[in-house]
Amino acid sequence: MNSERELPPVLVDEAQLERTWADEPGLAGWLTSVDHKSIGIRYIATAFVFFLGGGVLALLMRIQLARPDNAFLGPDLYNQIFSTHGSNMMFLFAVPILQGLGIYFVPLMVGARAIAFPRLVAYSYWLYLAGGIFLWVSFLVNVGPDVGWFAYAPLSETLYTASKRPDVWAQMITFTEVASLAVAVSIVTTAFKMRAPGMSLNRMPIFVWAQVVTSFMVMFAMPAVMMASTALILDRLVNTHFFDVERGGDALLWQHLFWFFGHPEVYIIFIPGTGLVSTLVTTFSRRPMFGYLAVVLSLVATAFIGFGLWVHHMFATGLPQLGESFFTAASIMIAIPTGAQFFCWIATMWSGRLSFKTPFVWMLGFFVVFLIGGLSGVMVAAVPLDIQVHDTYFVVAHLHYVLIGGAVFPLFAAFYYWFPKITGRMLSEPLGMASFGLFFAGFNVVFFPMHVLGLHGMPRRIYTYLPETGWGSLNLLATAGVVLMTFGVLVFIAAALRAWRAGVIAADNPWEAGTLEWATSSPPPNSNFVHLPTVAGRDPIWDNPPDQPVVVGLRSDKRDVLVTHVLDAEPDHRTIFPEPSQWPLLTALATTALFIGSIFTPRAVPYGAVPLFVTMTGWFWPKEAGETGTQQWPIEHRTLPRPNEEPGKAA
Amino acid sequence: MTASTVLQSILDPAGPQAAYISRLWWLMLWVTTIVFVLVLGFLAAALLRRRRATSEQSLARAVVAAVGATVVILFGLLIASVWTGRAVASLGATSAVTIEIVGHQFWWEVQFDDADPSRRVTTANELHVPVGRPVVLKVTSRDVIHSFWAPNLHGKRDLIPGYTTAIWIQADRPAVYRAQCAEFCGKQHAHMALDVVAETEAQFERWLDAQRKPAAEPANESEARGRDAFMRRQCVLCHSIRGTLARGLVGPDLTHLASRGKLAAGTLPNTRGHLGGWIMNSQEIKPGNLMPPNLMTSDELQSLLTYLEILK
Repeated sequence: MNSERELPPVLVDEAQLERTWADEPGLAGWLTSVDHKSIGIRYIATAFVFFLGGGVLALLMRIQLARPDNAFLGPDLYNQIFSTHGSNMMFLFAVPILQGLGIYFVPLMVGARAIAFPRLVAYSYWLYLAGGIFLWVSFLVNVGPDVGWFAYAPLSETLYTASKRPDVWAQMITFTEVASLAVAVSIVTTAFKMRAPGMSLNRMPIFVWAQVVTSFMVMFAMPAVMMASTALILDRLVNTHFFDVERGGDALLWQHLFWFFGHPEVYIIFIPGTGLVSTLVTTFSRRPMFGYLAVVLSLVATAFIGFGLWVHHMFATGLPQLGESFFTAASIMIAIPTGAQFFCWIATMWSGRLSFKTPFVWMLGFFVVFLIGGLSGVMVAAVPLDIQVHDTYFVVAHLHYVLIGGAVFPLFAAFYYWFPKITGRMLSEPLGMASFGLFFAGFNVVFFPMHVLGLHGMPRRIYTYLPETGWGSLNLLATAGVVLMTFGVLVFIAAALRAWRAGVIAADNPWEAGTLEWATSSPPPNSNFVHLPTVAGRDPIWDNPPDQPVVVGLRSDKRDVLVTHVLDAEPDHRTIFPEPSQWPLLTALATTALFIGSIFTPRAVPYGAVPLFVTMTGWFWPKEAGETGTQQWPIEHRTLPRPNEEPGKAA
Repeated sequence: MTASTVLQSILDPAGPQAAYISRLWWLMLWVTTIVFVLVLGFLAAALLRRRRATSEQSLARAVVAAVGATVVILFGLLIASVWTGRAVASLGATSAVTIEIVGHQFWWEVQFDDADPSRRVTTANELHVPVGRPVVLKVTSRDVIHSFWAPNLHGKRDLIPGYTTAIWIQADRPAVYRAQCAEFCGKQHAHMALDVVAETEAQFERWLDAQRKPAAEPANESEARGRDAFMRRQCVLCHSIRGTLARGLVGPDLTHLASRGKLAAGTLPNTRGHLGGWIMNSQEIKPGNLMPPNLMTSDELQSLLTYLEILK
C-alpha cells in the first residue's frame, strides 16, 4: 500500500492518542470538554436528577389525591406541581436522557472517534442545563408553570394568567428545543458520515437507526412547538394576537401547533426506547435481530405516521366527522409497525439462547407494561371512546403505561446494560432484580387503578374531588403503590452508588454483545478506539473474522477523524476535530441571558444579541492553518490486519 | 327533584349515545384482552420453551401471520369505531329541545332558547332535560376552554371561546347525572360540575314554566331588607335577578337560585348555612373563584339569606 503522496504518520502512539483526545485537567477541563462521552454522561446524570425531582412532584400529587377533599396542597400549588411534573418529565427528563444515551453511544456503536459537531453538543448541554435550572428555580420561588405542560390558550394568555408562570414554561421550551435540535443534527451527521468502513446503512445497529429516526422527528416536530411557544410569548410580551380570542386570535390554532409537535413527541420518546429493546433482545438472545429490515422500516413508518395523528388529542373540540375518522384510522394504523416490532422481538427470543440477566428482565417489564399502554392506545384512537375517556384518569393511566413502559423500563434496562461500559464496573444482579420487582409491582399498583377511575368519570388535573364521587379508595390504592415505586428507584440508586465505588470490575464485553461499543475497553479510552475498527456484518463482534482489518493512517497527534460515505460507509476524507473550547459554555450563557431577559422586556432581544454575537465570533474565529477543522487530507484509506502486529509500522 | 343521584360513570349508560359507546368499550376491552393474553403467551413460550432449532423461514411465516392478524383486527376495530361514531353523532330527530351552555371560570351558564325572547330562561349549574327527548346543546365559552362531560349520557364536547358547536344528548331514565368540566380551565377546574336533571316531560315543562317567571317579590320586611342589601352591595355588579335592577352578567343568574340543588357549580348542597358561608368568604371554599369576600353584619347576612331563599 504505497502512496505517491506524503501521508501523515500511521503509527498509533497510544499514549499520544490519549493525550490528543483528553480534556484539559481540572475544573477548566470540565467546563471546556467537547468529549461526547463526558457530555453524554452529564446529560444522563442531569436528566436522572430531573427524573427524581419529577418523581417527588408526583409523590406530592399522589398524597394530595389519596383522599377526597384533602387540604394538603391548595389549587395554586397543585396546578404548579402537575404542570411542572409534566413539563419536567417530557422536556427535561425523557427526551434529554435518550439523547444523552445517543450522544454517548452512537459514536461508539458506529466506531467513530467522536460525535459530529462536538462543540455544538457541548453548547446544547449547557443550554439544556440552564433551561432545567431555570424551570426548577422558578418553581421553587413560586413562579412554576401552572397552565399544564400543554399551556392551552387562552388560559395561558395574560388576561387569564397574569403572572410570569406561562412565560417560564414557554421559555423553558425554547431552551430545551434548541438543545435537542443541536443534538439531533449531531447524531444524524455522526450516524450518516462517521460510520466505520464496512458499516453500510443496512448494517447500522438498530439503536443507531432509532436515534437517527428520532433525530429527524425532532427536526420536524420541534419547530412547531418553538413557533407556538414564541408566538405565545409574543402575545404576552408585545400584544400580538395569535391566540387571544378577545382580540381576534384563535384558541384552536394553539392546539394544532402544539399537538403537531406534541404527538410526535410521544414517538420521540418511544422510538429510542424500542431501539434499546432491539439492542437488548439481540444481545440476550445471543443471535442477530430477527427481521432487522422489518424493524428498521417499522421505525421509519412509525415516524411518518406519527406526524399524522395530532388531531386525536382534539377529538372533543367538535371537528367534522370525516376528519376525525381519518385521524382515527391513522392512530389505529400506527399500531401495525409497533406490532411488527413486537413480533420480531418475540421471534428473536423464540429462536435465541436466552440469558436472564437484569437488563433482560427490565426489558421484559417493558413488554408487559408497554403492551397494555399500546392496547389502551388503540382504544383511545377510536373517536367515540376517546370523547368519553379523553382528559380522564384513563388517559393518565394510558400515557404512563406508554411512556414509562416505552421509555423508562428500557432506560433502566439500558442503565444495567451499559453501566459496565461507562464506569468499568458491574451493577449488582440481586439488587437489580429487587429494584425491578419493586418498581414493576409499584408501577402497576399506581397506574392500573387509574384506568378504572377514568371510566368512573374522574377528570385529569383536578386538585381534589368530592367524597360522594366514590373515587377515594382507588386513589388511596394508587397512592400506596407509590411507596413501592419509590423503593424501587432508591434500591437502584443504592446499587449504582455501590457499584460505582466498589463494583466488580467489568470486562470489555461482559454480556458478549455484538455491537462495537463492546469492542473497546470499559470505560472506553479518550479516543474511543485505539485502532479504529472496520466492520463485516451487522453485529461486528460476532461477525468479524479474526483477521478483520483496522483503519490506519489517522494521526495520533491531532484530533483526526475519518469521514465516510452515507450509504456504504466507504472512506471519504479525514478531518481535524476541534479541541476543548470555552466558547460553547460562554455562548450558552449569552443565550441564557437573552432567553430569560426576553420574558421581562422585548429589549432583551436586541441587547442580548450583542454578547451572543461576541461569543459566537469567538467560537467561529478562524484557527491557524493545520489546526482548523476544515482542512482535509486526500483520502488514503488503508487497513492492516489485527491482532497487534504494530499495525502502524507496516506503512 | 327526582330519584337518587347517579354519579358520573361511562359504564352506566343512561342514554342511547353512552350506550353505543359502552358497547364499543366492551368490544374493545375483550378484543384487546385476548390480544394481550396471546402476545404474552407467545412471549412466555419464547422464554420458557426448550431450545431446539427453528428455521428462519418458519419464524418469518409466523411473524407475517401475526402482522396480518393485527391488520385484520385493527381494521375490524376501525369499522366498529366509525360505525359507533356515526351512530352517536346525531340522534336523527326532527325536533329537539335546544339549550345553550356557556362556560365560565368556574361555572356553567345554561340558556333555554325560545322564539319569544320573553320566554327565554337563563339559569346556572343545572341542566334540566326531558326524558326520552333529544336535546341539542349549543356550547361555547366566555373565557377559557372548558369541556362539558356527562359520562352517563355522552362523551365530551369542548367549550371553546370564539366557536359554537352543537352536540346531541338524550337521557332515557329520570335521574340526576353529574357532569364535570373536563378541560383544565384554571385554579378551580376541580370544582366545576353541573347536575343534569332528567325528568318526565310534564315535570320538565312545569319546571320551565316556573323558571320563566320573574323573581319572587319580598313578602315581608326581612325579605325586603335582604333584597335591599343585595342591591346596595357589590352583589348587583355581577349577578342578575330578573324582575329587579340586578342585571350583572359576570356571575350566575340568581332569579331562581333556591330551586337549584347545589351551590358553586356542584360543590356544595344548597342549604342556608352553606350559602351564608359562600357569600361571606367563598375563597375559603373554592379558592381562586372570581367571587370576592363580602363583609356584612350578621343581621344583613341573615336577611339577605332570607331573601335568596324565596327565589324559588
